[in-house]
Amino acid sequence: MIKQNVIEATQLTKKFGNFTAVNAITFKVAKGEIFGFLGANGAGKTTAMKMLIGISNPTSGQANVAGFDVYKNAEDIKKNIGYMSQKFALYDDLTVKENITFFGGIYGLKRAVIKEKATVLIDELGLHDVANDLVGSLPLGWKQKLAFSVALLHNPKIIFLDEPTGGVDPITRRQFWELIYKTADNGTTVFVTTHYMDEAEYCDRVSIMVDGKIEALDTPKKLKEQFKVNSMNDVFLKLARG
Amino acid sequence: MKTILFIIQKEFKQIFRNKGMLPIIFVLPLLQLVILSNAATFEIKNIKFSYVDRDHSTTSRALIKKFNASTYFNVLQAFPSQAIANEAMLQGKVDVVLEIPKYFERNLQKEKHTKLGITINAIDGAAAGVENVYVTQILQQFNKKLATKLMQPTDVKNRPKSIESIPLFWYNETLNYKTFMVPGILVLLVTMITLFLSGMNIVREKEIGTLEQINVTPIKKYQFIIGKLFPFWVIGFGLLTIGLILGKVIFNVPIIGSLPLIYFYTGIYLFVILGMGFFISNFTDTQQQAMFIAWFFVVIFILMSGLFTPIESMPQWAQQITELNPVKYFVQVMRMVMLKGASFTDILPQILKTATYAIVMNGLAVWSYKKTN
Repeated sequence: MIKQNVIEATQLTKKFGNFTAVNAITFKVAKGEIFGFLGANGAGKTTAMKMLIGISNPTSGQANVAGFDVYKNAEDIKKNIGYMSQKFALYDDLTVKENITFFGGIYGLKRAVIKEKATVLIDELGLHDVANDLVGSLPLGWKQKLAFSVALLHNPKIIFLDEPTGGVDPITRRQFWELIYKTADNGTTVFVTTHYMDEAEYCDRVSIMVDGKIEALDTPKKLKEQFKVNSMNDVFLKLARG
Repeated sequence: MKTILFIIQKEFKQIFRNKGMLPIIFVLPLLQLVILSNAATFEIKNIKFSYVDRDHSTTSRALIKKFNASTYFNVLQAFPSQAIANEAMLQGKVDVVLEIPKYFERNLQKEKHTKLGITINAIDGAAAGVENVYVTQILQQFNKKLATKLMQPTDVKNRPKSIESIPLFWYNETLNYKTFMVPGILVLLVTMITLFLSGMNIVREKEIGTLEQINVTPIKKYQFIIGKLFPFWVIGFGLLTIGLILGKVIFNVPIIGSLPLIYFYTGIYLFVILGMGFFISNFTDTQQQAMFIAWFFVVIFILMSGLFTPIESMPQWAQQITELNPVKYFVQVMRMVMLKGASFTDILPQILKTATYAIVMNGLAVWSYKKTN
């Protein structure tokens, strides 16, 4: 069976003046895949991601996300994707429940549906005791898990995660990846950037960006064979150091 | 529509949850209304008056008494010579010095004619002008009495017929400056608070990163803008209401015209200001930037609104600029409706201009808000 592609980027480029942040990247992501998007700081990962989620216009090249063109149908893409940014972007001055209600609401969910989903979500994340607490008072790990679940409220086809586990303790990190696996099992494609090479090992396929270009793209296993090393960490070091 | 309700609900929760913000929104402006309305006066009172009396006659003393009786003048002291009086004026101790020359009384009786010296501190030209008018009025009254006293019975038939004007002050019969200022200052506060709040609110979401999160949702631009601005529209009405109540209770400002008309106009006016706030926030990245730009406009709007200085006395080019000042129209409407009882048709020009402004401003706001950069 040929897997259906949910993200297709061809020669996708973004320039800021003379600086080329993303330089003609070409790749495909299949449905239900966990796609690791790696690269050093400043390699252009976030910029590339912003083009795919329709909040940044590409300078040139093509991209198709969830069956929609990033130039013409950015708003349709937005209906079909979830996004969790590097910067925590829920409202600190709203409670857990209020955040869920608000984001559910602006994705057009009905109040009854939101209520139902909120109950399930709070249950799964074990946030019963803090459901009516301000999100700002929660520990970072909890906030990140909540942000992830909120980004999934509207059952998107693809979820984009920009360094979701930055600054989070190892136990929470593991729990977070369990959530990611569960999501992928449900058929949602996961597009994730990370700096943790152990996390890269969990991905189905990994791309590594260096200075705006994709220098390597394959399964972690094949990448290790290709570069004749034992860990993704060494793959990354070999590439990033040039 | 439902989406908008979710945003409105969220905004209200955030506004009312922010304990630091509520007093800033409601208490401070009203304190300002009470303080400014009492302080921002054009009336010149407590004029520091002194004199140099070289005549020491009954008439000269009667004249000084006349000044003493006036509520506008505080008669401070007599100076032995003009030089010392000048010195006192230099130090700012006196505002007006009246010099009564020698033989003042004698000249008056013999020649029916004499001269007085008046020196006024004119650092504040407008105040000096008013002081001069007050002095002249007192002297005229004094003159009239004197003329009657000095007149011989035989002169009666030759008595010149004098023309006296009796002014009637319409719309503010007691010339109470507070009646004039309170509606204007209220306009100012409603404008400032709503402009700052709307301008800063969206930039704040940019700063904390939640705007990006909103931009990756399929929300429509108009939904977001309406949802964001509606709460401040309501707050604007809240401020107006409390301000009108305070104006009535504390300052007893008359509200002759129709209240619904005031609210109707305010509704349109708030669109202008909120659209402007949104527009500013689209071009700024930090709350500081938004604050500075909002201040830039507020200062121009206030000083060119006719609130403190009449627009008619501005140079032609400045008068043309005031055409673009929404605060000017609001000040006019408030004064017209509250003090003159103007009707819908009376303020129709202002309504049309403000409505046009609102459409342009909100059009710019929607246009400049980009979900994709």
